[in-house]
Amino acid sequence: MANTQAMCTSFMGELLTATHNFTTSTGNTFKAALYLASATLNASTTAYSATGEVTGTNYTAGGVTVTNGTSPSSTNSSTTAGVGYWTPSASLVYTTVTLSTAFDTVLIYNSSASNKAVSVHTFGSQTVTAGTFTLTMPSNTTTTALLRLATT
Amino acid sequence: MIVTTTKGDMDDSLLEKREGSLDNDIEYTTWTEYWLDGELVHRSAHVRLKTSPALFAEAAQFA
Repeated sequence: MANTQAMCTSFMGELLTATHNFTTSTGNTFKAALYLASATLNASTTAYSATGEVTGTNYTAGGVTVTNGTSPSSTNSSTTAGVGYWTPSASLVYTTVTLSTAFDTVLIYNSSASNKAVSVHTFGSQTVTAGTFTLTMPSNTTTTALLRLATT
Repeated sequence: MIVTTTKGDMDDSLLEKREGSLDNDIEYTTWTEYWLDGELVHRSAHVRLKTSPALFAEAAQFA
């Protein structure tokens, strides 16, 4: 099986029920969990699960808390189109871990809302040995932000 | 420089250092490995995401 980068479909519906709040400080707490390359995360993923999650020295199940220092922004690109976007304000850092089985995915999920899934992000397969895994976020712009909701 | 390894903290002068990178549309990734007598004792990786999936939305038009 394989992981596929995607915005989780359940997340799209949950946006319409105000399930997720990305406001800095007063919003929800989001977390980032790493998954094995053999896992199957994709648009159908609805919530965090330990199935397929990495295990290893100094890695805590559920992953790390996402730093949210910047609330979502929105920009109009025309009279009919625009983008709402958000990106964590700091890198995700897993310090001094040993993750011997190849992993290639991070799941962003809302730990304040029953661990509901937000998005699945894939990268080249990695292992870490007594080292640090750092996942640096893309620039928080209308075209590269981690989460983008756009009309064209 | 002291490096955390599977054998404990070690001076990097005692280790063989190997580095690599990957650059594509999705990520720019670098990794650093330290080897001791043919054994991998440290590996760190840094993935820099370049982009992510976008969610496209639309408002229906009344006929």
